[in-house]
Formats: sequence, structure tokens, C-alpha cells
Amino acid sequence: MRPSRPARAGQYLALLAYLVFLAFPFLWLISTAFKPPRELASLHPTWIPKDPTLANFRQAFDEQPLLRAAVNSVIVAVCAALIAVVIATPMAYVMARHRSALSRAATGWVVVSQAFPFVLLIIPLFLILKNLHLINSLPGLTMVYVVWSLPFALWMLVGYVRAVPPELEEAAAVDGAGKLRTLVSVTAPLLTPGLVATALFAFITAWNEFFFALVLMKTPERQTLPVILTHFLGAEGVADLGPLAAAAFLATLPSLVIFALIQRRLTGGMLTGAVKS
Amino acid sequence: MTLATATTRTGKRVPGPPGGGRPADRGAAWFLVLPALIPILVLSVGPLLYGIALAFTDSQAGRTAPTQWVGALNFQDLLHDTLFWDSFRIGLLWAVGVTVPQFLLALGLALLLNQNLRFRWLARALAIIPWAMPEVVVGIMWRLVYNPDAGILNETIRDLGLGDGRDWLTGLATALPAVIVVGIWAGMPQTTVALLAGLQNTSPELHEAAALDGAGAWGRFRAVTWPALRPVALAITALNFIWNFNSFALVYVLTNGGPGGRTRLPMLFAYEEAFRYGQFGYAAAMGCVMVAVISVILAFYLVGRLKGGDEQ
Repeated sequence: MRPSRPARAGQYLALLAYLVFLAFPFLWLISTAFKPPRELASLHPTWIPKDPTLANFRQAFDEQPLLRAAVNSVIVAVCAALIAVVIATPMAYVMARHRSALSRAATGWVVVSQAFPFVLLIIPLFLILKNLHLINSLPGLTMVYVVWSLPFALWMLVGYVRAVPPELEEAAAVDGAGKLRTLVSVTAPLLTPGLVATALFAFITAWNEFFFALVLMKTPERQTLPVILTHFLGAEGVADLGPLAAAAFLATLPSLVIFALIQRRLTGGMLTGAVKS
Repeated sequence: MTLATATTRTGKRVPGPPGGGRPADRGAAWFLVLPALIPILVLSVGPLLYGIALAFTDSQAGRTAPTQWVGALNFQDLLHDTLFWDSFRIGLLWAVGVTVPQFLLALGLALLLNQNLRFRWLARALAIIPWAMPEVVVGIMWRLVYNPDAGILNETIRDLGLGDGRDWLTGLATALPAVIVVGIWAGMPQTTVALLAGLQNTSPELHEAAALDGAGAWGRFRAVTWPALRPVALAITALNFIWNFNSFALVYVLTNGGPGGRTRLPMLFAYEEAFRYGQFGYAAAMGCVMVAVISVILAFYLVGRLKGGDEQ
């Protein structure tokens, strides 16, 4: 069925409108990040900076402990991602291959956990972590992020395990390999791309997270990037636009790059999770 | 649920070493599950139950007297807290205001991207931006767009001769709609991609058969596309509604609940109650009320799914 010419034109127009809607805030962010103060103060802002400058980036690092925050974010996100994948993989394996009350309960938890209002979780977590002296500590935040990224990690991993034919494991068993041996030497290598995608996703989740970090991290030298970014907004919302844009732009880059790498896999994982559960 | 489909899809039980219920296997299963199960129980399930329990106490930050059970007192107070119900109403308004247009736009776009159009790769590539961005950055970015003087939105309005523009995020009437637009922007790609994947479930043969029977575009959509899309559409809409109702960071950065509480979502309200005023018990009660609402939504979703299953 070939659409008529006006219909085609309409379709392209709609596509164009969507592309503009999607792109224009981001282009504006980039443009603002490279504008000198004079142009930022201009009453008639322009799309493309006439006099592009890196001064905003320098100023952003001067105004807030951005580097420290980026290091904190990297530490927390890398640790959370690695731990989450290491502990989620065996569980996902069981969920994918065993029919039991346990794996059904785990699947149910994965669904329900998507619906938590975090406020119900954060108050008790705050009290528990406080008793453990883990408030304002990177390990404390890491622990929270591990558990927070587990549902989705499990969802993705269960899908990847299912994609590995059980026949391969049978063959290994016939050859006399034990269960753990089979898992490590047969299943795990086939899972590697899935494990990497899941770890990267968990990394982004932690890198982008704001609410838990806002509540749990009290001092600027322990705060993660998203929390530090809000400091640029100032007390009355009077922000220094250039450095604000520059810092926000920098904080986005890692997520964008990683996301571009794993986007296809993620879509698959999300859908098996959302639809097949 | 997942497991049932996994085994019935292939028509046979998963055989071999992983299957079966021999005691040794069950022991191995526990051994494999524990590393994830313990943190989940300690840092997620446990706190959740603790949180529900806190709702029935007078727990406060930094209080020296021991915390006491107060029964349903917090809930009684909530019942009379007009500020909370205002925020609740705003939360529902926001969740519907984002979820519904977002679904319709994403559906249109998914249908569009399912066509053989040039530049659709560009749409897919750009869709990564809102999806991958930290919510805080999305908020900051749109503040730059909405900025009354230096923002591009007002400048565009001035250029088009439509007036002087406004102070979108601080105007009493414009704040909520302005924030809703950002919410729609932020969640569009995810919804679109999910629907697009759902569209791939529809078979072209059915489409052609329906066309031969004389069905128009709308008829084909109703008879062929929608039935195949329905499970995905229901799932993503239910999740979007819940996520939106629970959202925090975006609005915290955009307006911090202002002006005059016009964008104060329930999460912002509960956050302030808990971590500015230290009213842990009261804020936990708010969380419980939110859970109750979400449970109702989930119930609707599950009923919708079961019905869909009957029809097939």
C-alpha cells in the first residue's frame, strides 16, 4: 500500500516537527554552554554563539567542585554496576531456568519494585544507614544503587540467559561438568555481551540518579554530579547560565556515549521486561 | 508468569541440568540466588516494610524521646491536610497530563517510524538524548529554554511577533503546563521505541488481507494493528503513569514545586516533610497513600491484561 503524495508530505512534516521538538532543547543547551557572558546577557539570544568560548567550562570548575563530584559519580557508578551484575547474574540464571516459587516471587518483586514511591523507601533507608554510619558515605550510596539497579538488571539478564540454548548446558553435563563449572565455562562466555550491556545500563542508572544522592550525601565533597549541578541553580533560582549549561552538558556526555552503544540491547531488555513478565 | 511463557512457548519443559527439583539442584539454586536476595531483602523489601510501619508512628528526625506507635493518627491528619490533597491532585493531573499526550504522540510517531521514511534513522538516533540524559540535566536544559530573557522560547515568540513571551516556570497558570511539556519530552523516546517494537508484532499479511476486505487505514488499525499492540501499549502506559506519579528530580529542578505549590508533586511534598521538617512518620504515611493509588493502577493494568488474554 503506497500512501498518496499529500499523505507522504504530511508524514514528513510530522517527522520534522518531532525532530525539532526532540533536538531544540539540547541544541540550546550546547549553544548556551559556549556563549560568552556578553551574548548571554543579550536581550536577543542567538542560536549560534558569535564568539564561542570555553570560559564557561573553566568557570564551572571554579564555582563548584565538579571534578570531585565527577570522581564520586564514577566511583559509585562503577562499583554499583560491577556488584549489581556479579550478584544478579546467578539469580537471573535461576529465574530463567528454574520453575519454582522462589523465581516466581523474584519476578513478582521485580514488577512491584517498579512501582515504589521512593519516599517510602528512603526514610527507612536513611534511618538504617544512619545507624550504620553510612550516611554521606560513598559505600552507603553504592549499596543503595546496587539494589536500586537490580530489578532492571535481572530483567535484562533473564532475557539473555534464555537466549542461550539449554542444549549447550546439557552437552556439558553429559561431558561430566558440574553445575557451577557448566555455568562458568559454557553459559557465562555466551552471556558476556549481555553482561556488558547490563553493567553499562546499571552504570548510567547510578550516574544519572538524583533523589537518593540528594538525601544521603550531605557534604559537597561527597556529592555526586547531579546533586552538584543543582548548586549552580543558586538560592533563588538565579543561575549563572553559562557555567550551568557547561556543567550540565559535561555531565550528560558519558551517559549519551554509553547509551548510544547499548541502546539496541536495552530496548530488547526493556520489552521482555515490560511485556513478557 | 515469565517462567510459564518461557516453558510453554517451546512446548516443552526446559530439560537437562537446570530443570527439575532434585534436592541438590534446589540447594544450588539457593546458593546462586542468595548474593542478590540478601541485599534485596535488607535494602529493599525490609525498608519498605519498615517504611509502612513508620507510617503508624510519630517518628521524627533528631528526636531524643523514643518513637511511639500512634495508630492511624498520621492518616487522620493526612485526611485533613489540604496541602497534601492539593499536591495529590497536582500529582494526578501531572501524571495524566504527561502520560496521555505522550502515549498519543508516541503512538503516532511509532506508526510514522514504522513506515519506510527517509531520515527515520535520525529520529531514532536523536531519541537517545532525552532517554539517556540525567533528569537533573533535562530540568536544567529546559530552564534555559524557558528562561524569560535569555531563553530561546521567548525569543522565538518575539521573532514570530506573538508578543513578549512570559515567565513560563514562575507564572501561576503556565508553570504546570510548562513542566508537563518537559515530562512529555523526557519520556517520549522510551514510549515510542516500546510501541515501535510492539508494531513489529503485526504481520503485513494481515494488513494486506484487511485491505483486500476493503478496510481503510482506521479499520486496519483497529482490526490488525491495535490488537497486536495492545499488550505493549497497556504495559508502557501503566508504567509511565506510575513513574510519572512518583517522579521527583525533574520538577525539583524546574520549579521546586513552585509557584505557590502549583507544581508540588506528592513526592516533593513528602520529601520536604521528611527531610526539611523531619516528620518521618507523617511522610511515610504519605508514601503509603501513594502506594495505595499505584496499587489501584496496577490492578487496572492486570485486569486489562487478563481481559486481553481472554479475547485471544
